[in-house]
Amino acid sequence: MVDVAVVDYGMGNLHSVEQALRKVAPDAEIIVSDDAGVIANAGRVVFPGQGAMPDCMRELEARGLRNAVLEAARDKPFLGICIGLQMLFEHSAEGDVAGLGILRGEVVRFASNQHDAQGNKLKVPHMGWNQVHHGDHALWHDIDQDARFYFVHSYYVCPRDAALVQATSNYPQPFACAVARDNLFAVQFHPEKSQTAGLKLLQNFMQWNP
Amino acid sequence: MLAKRIIPCLDVTAGRVVKGVSFVELRDAGDPVEIARRYDEQGADELTFLDITASSDDRGIIFRIIEQVASQVFIPLTVGGGVREVGDVRNLLNAGADKVSINTAAVLNPQLVADAAGRYGSQCIVVAIDAKQIAPNRWEVFTHGGRKATGLDVVEWAKKMQGLGAGEILLTSMDRDGQKNGFDLALTRAVTDALDIPVIASGGAGNLQHLADGVKLGGADAVLAASIFHFGEYTVQQAKQFMAQQGIEVRL
Repeated sequence: MVDVAVVDYGMGNLHSVEQALRKVAPDAEIIVSDDAGVIANAGRVVFPGQGAMPDCMRELEARGLRNAVLEAARDKPFLGICIGLQMLFEHSAEGDVAGLGILRGEVVRFASNQHDAQGNKLKVPHMGWNQVHHGDHALWHDIDQDARFYFVHSYYVCPRDAALVQATSNYPQPFACAVARDNLFAVQFHPEKSQTAGLKLLQNFMQWNP
Repeated sequence: MLAKRIIPCLDVTAGRVVKGVSFVELRDAGDPVEIARRYDEQGADELTFLDITASSDDRGIIFRIIEQVASQVFIPLTVGGGVREVGDVRNLLNAGADKVSINTAAVLNPQLVADAAGRYGSQCIVVAIDAKQIAPNRWEVFTHGGRKATGLDVVEWAKKMQGLGAGEILLTSMDRDGQKNGFDLALTRAVTDALDIPVIASGGAGNLQHLADGVKLGGADAVLAASIFHFGEYTVQQAKQFMAQQGIEVRL
């Protein structure tokens, strides 16, 4: 049994996630895998994703990994990242596609033509380091309030159940950038690219016993 | 709120970081992995590597450098230079790049931008534009490291690239590059106002006020600089503190 499986469904670069996990857990056995059996036997599961959600859903199905992800999300410590957060919800406006429906709610696009306090246009994608206002979930242990994490996304999640929200960020309105339920935790930003604060969150995930 | 980004740029050839003036006269600035680590410690928001190797024989070197940096530095890495086809994008992403920058090849084959964004997502496709002023408030796109005029208008070209799926524009003023007299603010403003995607200002930063002006006056979402950091004039941390004092949102 491996300690952590990073779910590989062919959507882009998982190298960063793997490297960052190795950095915070040098003794853990970490596998990037597209094998449902390996994922089923892993102690923890990381579910990343980048690109467009319709492509991610299609590739997940094509590789026969839908059930493996649903199973892992039921009882293992499970960390969704970026599109890996968005896919947990029921539906995305990106390509009008259904998600896995593990959590109730929608994924919607940032409005265009919004401006900051100085009158500059707010660009979409929301790209760069933004402040994360978080609660007291175990994954925030030793992470400063309003610490900055690296984001790159054009869509964000709107959970039906507000109690799921574990952190928000502003662009310019507040949006949910982390959600949790039982053994699930999922973030919109990229902890693997968020330097000290990001590595700390990954370390907290590796030590988390929900 | 979202912070404005400071991005040190490392021009790499034959395994070394170099810096030129207006695209010529190269000067050695050190080992890329060591420099990347230093900028990470100083609080750089991202790093950009441009492979300016002329000969295709040495292309493998950049992959080894990116692999080494990606295992030690946990901030976004952009790599550009010599990207000609979707396979090049894939290879750089697999080596550990988070974004790939496409310049000349986008002009020769705009479909490459659409194909690469379609396959890997807009978030990892940066289109680099080398711009030269040809008339008041008019700039032309140049390719091949600034040697070849294309007849394309920079603002129109940037809009076209956004439409094809570019996630970000790296905008370099050839007139200012290496001159240390500040970004071309009119160019930066013209492009950023025309686009919905982020724009990185590049070419000409010679002091910290120039970086702040790129954001405040040019409207850039990020500023890129090389020589002011490479030769120890300023640290990234000093640049950020200066910008914060000017009321710019930065990650300190």
